[in-house]
Amino acid sequence: MLHIVACIKQVPDTKIIKMNPKTNTMDRSSAPAILNPYDAHAVEEAVRIRDRYGGTVSVITMGPPPAVKAIKKCIEIGADEGYMISDRAFAGADTLATSYAITKAIEKISEIKPVDLIICGKMTIDGDTGQVGPGIARRLDIPPLTSVKKVVEVNKEEGYAIVQRKLEDGYEVIQSSLPCLFSVEKTINEVPYSSFPNMLKAALYHPTIWSVNDLNDIDRKQLGLKGSPTIVSKVWAPAKPEGGKILEGHPREQVGQILSVILEKKELFREDA
Amino acid sequence: MDFKDYRGVWVFIEEKEGEVASVSLELLGAGRILADKRGVELAGILIGENNKHLANTVYEYGADLVYVYDQPIFKNYRTESYMKALLACCEDHKPEIILFGATSTGKDLASAIATDLPTGLTADTTELDVEADTGLLLASRPAFGGNIMATILCKKYRPQMATVRPKVMKALTREIGRTGKLIEKHISLNETDIRTKVLEIVRETTKKVRIDEADIVVAGGKGLGSAEGFQLIHHLADVLGGVVGASRDVVEAGWIEHHHQVGQTGLTVTPKLYFAIGISGAIQHIVGMRNSGTIIAINIDPDAAIFQSCHYGIVGDAFEIVPLLIEEFKNALPRSGVSHV
Ligand SMILES: Cc1cc2nc3c(=O)[nH]c(=O)nc-3n(C[C@H](O)[C@H](O)[C@H](O)COP(=O)(O)OP(=O)(O)OC[C@H]3O[C@@H](n4cnc5c(N)ncnc54)[C@H](O)[C@@H]3O)c2cc1C
Ligand SMILES: Cc1cc2nc3c(=O)[nH]c(=O)nc-3n(C[C@H](O)[C@H](O)[C@H](O)COP(=O)(O)OP(=O)(O)OC[C@H]3O[C@@H](n4cnc5c(N)ncnc54)[C@H](O)[C@@H]3O)c2cc1C
Repeated sequence: MLHIVACIKQVPDTKIIKMNPKTNTMDRSSAPAILNPYDAHAVEEAVRIRDRYGGTVSVITMGPPPAVKAIKKCIEIGADEGYMISDRAFAGADTLATSYAITKAIEKISEIKPVDLIICGKMTIDGDTGQVGPGIARRLDIPPLTSVKKVVEVNKEEGYAIVQRKLEDGYEVIQSSLPCLFSVEKTINEVPYSSFPNMLKAALYHPTIWSVNDLNDIDRKQLGLKGSPTIVSKVWAPAKPEGGKILEGHPREQVGQILSVILEKKELFREDA
Repeated sequence: MDFKDYRGVWVFIEEKEGEVASVSLELLGAGRILADKRGVELAGILIGENNKHLANTVYEYGADLVYVYDQPIFKNYRTESYMKALLACCEDHKPEIILFGATSTGKDLASAIATDLPTGLTADTTELDVEADTGLLLASRPAFGGNIMATILCKKYRPQMATVRPKVMKALTREIGRTGKLIEKHISLNETDIRTKVLEIVRETTKKVRIDEADIVVAGGKGLGSAEGFQLIHHLADVLGGVVGASRDVVEAGWIEHHHQVGQTGLTVTPKLYFAIGISGAIQHIVGMRNSGTIIAINIDPDAAIFQSCHYGIVGDAFEIVPLLIEEFKNALPRSGVSHV
């Protein structure tokens, strides 16, 4: 039976996030925390694979205590178990330090039950680097399959998986040995509304929570801010082009002015074009 | 780690249908500026099969040297094989900066390499600079859905790595005949060392409109009201000989397919002429089009944010203005080679 681990993150809802125009910092309190939308697709895909082949879906997150809510959301989607690593030692992690900590947690989960497949979202909506998934795969020394748009087959007995990977101009069909890691596109599936039994289960569910001391052979130098080679040195609101000239007059006059702007750009309208 | 051992700026060269991908040419342009500021060489890294001839293009767009791995095992991109070659190359020659396109391949490869080296990797960079004396790379990128820009540094590790968004850097003008040094590399790698196999590659043959390559983009937003209303955008694009762009809300409403979407989670476009019609001007849209040559906005709301980000604005109803524009333009260009509707 397959054991699939989906990696998930709780993020501020960037749709609602507000910038403080004076300090150019984010007003995080204005943004409700949600399950990273891309990760909902990762969990849903894990659930679908489990339903097709049999097995267990565990989810893992690294985050502050309120991130339990994101795990509960995954239980609603249909995950079986939830794990969280939460500790001040993890704070300030970039993708290198994040992938290290999550890898250590996955190794611990593997002691409970060996892991066959790991599924990540394409990216998060806050850091949105898409680097954590491949980082975990490298650390576990398993093949990373990014941009997965369709899972064709997962065959535990024969020890392989076949997926379609999205390319800029099409896709490729790729076979990998198991275990391996997918990071999935959001078009891979649609996440249905939660069922009532799953909602009930989620409401009553308590995930396993580990601190840094619960992880085996951990090198603290590789964690959190200390273990992060990248530093965010400056944050600012993106520059916009200068405000434009608002054209006056009747619609016909306005359109006439636009027309002369366009026609000035002769290179756009060569006769042989 | 002794930083003095690390020298030179590298660009990973992506191949597309037997040619150098345009994003790699753009990165050579950006890399040239960094290398000159540092007074070091700019190198292209080519990995593939029968790919040596591409080196000429790489020199002509600014590189001083090219490292090339030309072996059958590199016929198709696979993370593990390409990663092993690039890691070996880094070990041999110790670059101080490596740039990758923020494409499926570039992001995949860069993330794997950064973990193994290990070093920092800045994602989706849109601005690059380097401190001439220290060699510190200043890589800036949008985050939080484009709401903020952040400058990311990697002070304590080398090489410094970044993936860079297509279409934001400028390629140099091609200098025909410019040459450089070819350094052939080899790595002993067997098929059995690689745990993935490419079974099939499917190129989507239906020629998709490439909004990121067009000179004229006519983009429409939710202000067009409905899928039928949105047809107006198609009409204007047709008479201008341009292509249709869209805001995300339009794509989500199903009026048009995703590959027409401009912005943070769509494509970055840099046409000579950009129309934003019935688009409010949310920051996630602006980041995808702000580098267009001339931006013309049409919006019924005088306070719409789009007017902060355009060169010319008309406050008015798209259903009045756009038909007039179509009519006037047809009159002005009766013999233009474009199809009229
Ligand atoms: C403004 C800003 C810019 C940043 N830029 C960079 C940068 O350029 N380079 C860099 O290395 N770091 C950067 N960071 C730090 C980065 O956001 C964090 O390291 C973050 O914890 C992980 O990266 P991500 O959110 O981009 O995840 P992604 O790599 O986008 O996430 C991909 C997938 O990995 C899994 N995943 C990610 N985080 C977790 C988690 N905590 N728990 C479980 N699963 C997870 C999920 O499946 C997710 O869908 C930046 C942070 C900020 C605030
Ligand atoms: C993480 C994230 C990523 C995103 N990525 C993108 C992205 O890549 N691209 C993108 O575009 N958006 C993106 N968005 C969404 C973005 O925030 C906006 O919601 C979106 O751009 C709004 O689309 P719109 O301007 O078409 O619609 P609206 O905001 O609804 O604006 C419609 C406009 O039309 C005007 N209007 C109405 N009627 C008329 C008329 N008759 N004639 C003329 N004007 C009229 C209105 O005044 C209004 O300004 C993203 C959001 C998030 C959170």
